[in-house]
Amino acid sequence: MTELTKHEPTTIYIKPSKGLAALNLRDLWIYRELVFFMVWRDVKVKYKQTLLGMAWAVIQPVMTMLVFTFLFGKVAKLPTDGIPYPVFSFTALLPWGLFITALNQGSRSLVAHNNMVTKIYFPRLILPMASVFAGLVDFAIAFVILIGLMFYYQVTPAWDVLWTLPLFFLLAIVTALGVALWLSAINVKYRDVNQALPFLTQFWLFATPVAYSSSVISEKWQILYSLNPMAGVVNGFRWALLGSGNGPDITLWVSATISVLILVSGLFYFRSMEKTFADTI
Amino acid sequence: MMTTAISVKDLSKQYKIGAAETKFRYNMLRDVLMDTFYAPVRIAKAMIGKSDRRSNQNFVWALKDVSFDLEEGKVLGIVGRNGAGKSTLLKILSRVTEPTAGTVSVRGRVGSLLEVGTGFHPELTGRENIYMNGAILGMRRAEIDSKFDEIVDFSEVTQFIDTPVKRYSSGMYLRLAFAVAAHLEPEILVVDEVLAVGDAEFQKKCLGKMGDVAQQGRTVLFVSHNMSAILRLTQEAIVLNKGQMLMRGPTQEAVDFYLSSGQMQAGERVWDADEIPAASQPFRPINLKVKNRSGKVVDTVRSTEPLTVEFEYQLDAPVTGLRIGFYLSTMRGEYVLTSFDTDAPDLFEKFDSRKAGRYISRAEIPPDIFNEGRYSIGVNASSFGVRRYFMDENAIAFNVDISGAPGTQWPEPRVGPVRPRLEWKIEKLD
Repeated sequence: MTELTKHEPTTIYIKPSKGLAALNLRDLWIYRELVFFMVWRDVKVKYKQTLLGMAWAVIQPVMTMLVFTFLFGKVAKLPTDGIPYPVFSFTALLPWGLFITALNQGSRSLVAHNNMVTKIYFPRLILPMASVFAGLVDFAIAFVILIGLMFYYQVTPAWDVLWTLPLFFLLAIVTALGVALWLSAINVKYRDVNQALPFLTQFWLFATPVAYSSSVISEKWQILYSLNPMAGVVNGFRWALLGSGNGPDITLWVSATISVLILVSGLFYFRSMEKTFADTI
Repeated sequence: MMTTAISVKDLSKQYKIGAAETKFRYNMLRDVLMDTFYAPVRIAKAMIGKSDRRSNQNFVWALKDVSFDLEEGKVLGIVGRNGAGKSTLLKILSRVTEPTAGTVSVRGRVGSLLEVGTGFHPELTGRENIYMNGAILGMRRAEIDSKFDEIVDFSEVTQFIDTPVKRYSSGMYLRLAFAVAAHLEPEILVVDEVLAVGDAEFQKKCLGKMGDVAQQGRTVLFVSHNMSAILRLTQEAIVLNKGQMLMRGPTQEAVDFYLSSGQMQAGERVWDADEIPAASQPFRPINLKVKNRSGKVVDTVRSTEPLTVEFEYQLDAPVTGLRIGFYLSTMRGEYVLTSFDTDAPDLFEKFDSRKAGRYISRAEIPPDIFNEGRYSIGVNASSFGVRRYFMDENAIAFNVDISGAPGTQWPEPRVGPVRPRLEWKIEKLD
């Protein structure tokens, strides 16, 4: 036996959890390597047995950007605060892509791994978490493309506020994880989630300033509009990278508050449902 | 001094039953929305004392007030028929599901051979899957590194270790999966029906590993329908029935209690109207029973006793030349024997007509035929060379318990579906 297994065994107490279960972050820490392995596996497997392989991570956002550029930039001629439309939309597609991956993969994560859920103990939070983190690889690739685009169109980054980008990145993760937690837990019991997803993603895209600028929304609706946490994330990305828009104002704070609320409530909802996952999945 | 490895106190687990009904009722968000909408009405009704639908829902206790302690290094067998709560108990111990009431304290890591291959991904190579699976089972990366070579050796797939496992044969796949689980080295091992998977050699390996684990002073919980395996591998056993613990004692006593207490009332197959094809007219199967020596319908028979197979059926019109056949096969699908109710020489080529009415065709199978394991009976009703009326290839299954059969004093499984008592003579020639 190795020294790792020689330690004094710890005693685990199993009893019905009452009310809002504690988050049990200790177990999450013990199983931290599993998060890494799940992400590594998802990334590794994602483009296996595809002709184009990792190129898909480039093709997907670029194609979306081209379609948007043609439809909204050339045909509809939407205002972009003076930024070339491809750069304008691609900046938004970065966090949006991350969010969509989390939404799609995350909400299915528990159901897709039902053989793990019904056979083995591990903190179930790992599954939606890993789905969200697996999207980071595509995000990184898309980021490199964005830098290329900015060079090509000679767009100068907003150097003075660029340091806030990691904060908006964090906000994107918080939002994606929060939504993934809610949907994955609901999906265990109600597979309606699967049916609602395509519609939900489409609707959410229209409600988020990805293809258009949020300045087209009239002043009196701005607060209502910012209830969509992704609006804050996308505007934040544009502001930090390109200096477009007003920068952090009340609408951003509303969005950010909603994001945090979704994550915290998602964590508690997930934990309270977790005890019956194996029975209902 | 002995330390307690597992301490179970008043453990209970409740499940909602009528799954089909509740599924239709609650599986759609719409119903929940409706339900939420009507909640005030329901609460008001409840307040004025009218019954509430929820309170009428049926619950079943999969486990009810089960308590036991198990000392470190002991091997405990758990017996009971399907639905007795065996698997629920193991699931709670391995923290897959939560109990409804009661507590358990478990000292050390719990591993199970039930989770063999969980999390394996077909696209990943053997090497990658070892790391993946190890992490899922709760092993640290460093721990897997240190055991990697051992795992690969044990799995016997060394030369394919960098091939995606989707190219593996099912045997290789299973060996690799088992190798990882076997090297987890948990303080407590739970084994649930391992004998149901894999080939004979693999099963031998599983049981061997279980023996090793027990030898190393680790605690083992072993669930099986295979009484001879329970007898061979455990010294002590508990008997569960309908979620309650009926007894705990030395394995031999517990097994005898279990086999004789009439708990195994399975052993009967009844055909519902919708299971009978219209084309089988005028033949209608009613039921098929497996009975032991004392005429009791049983799920497990002892190989040292005769058993009776009874097939009851209805003829709605006279049938000429009818014969009823039984096909016995192992669960792996090898046929053991075929027999017809017209096998007696005086019935041959008489093509008697059986009048309309209710019949039983009954066959007695003599003792000392079957080896241990689970066997399947198929039935067939036909007129030879004319027409087949009815056929059910897997009408019923039963277990054979070989305690007391020839050679059971040797602690090794024997190959082959039959285990006859042969006349052996040992002659000295010089």
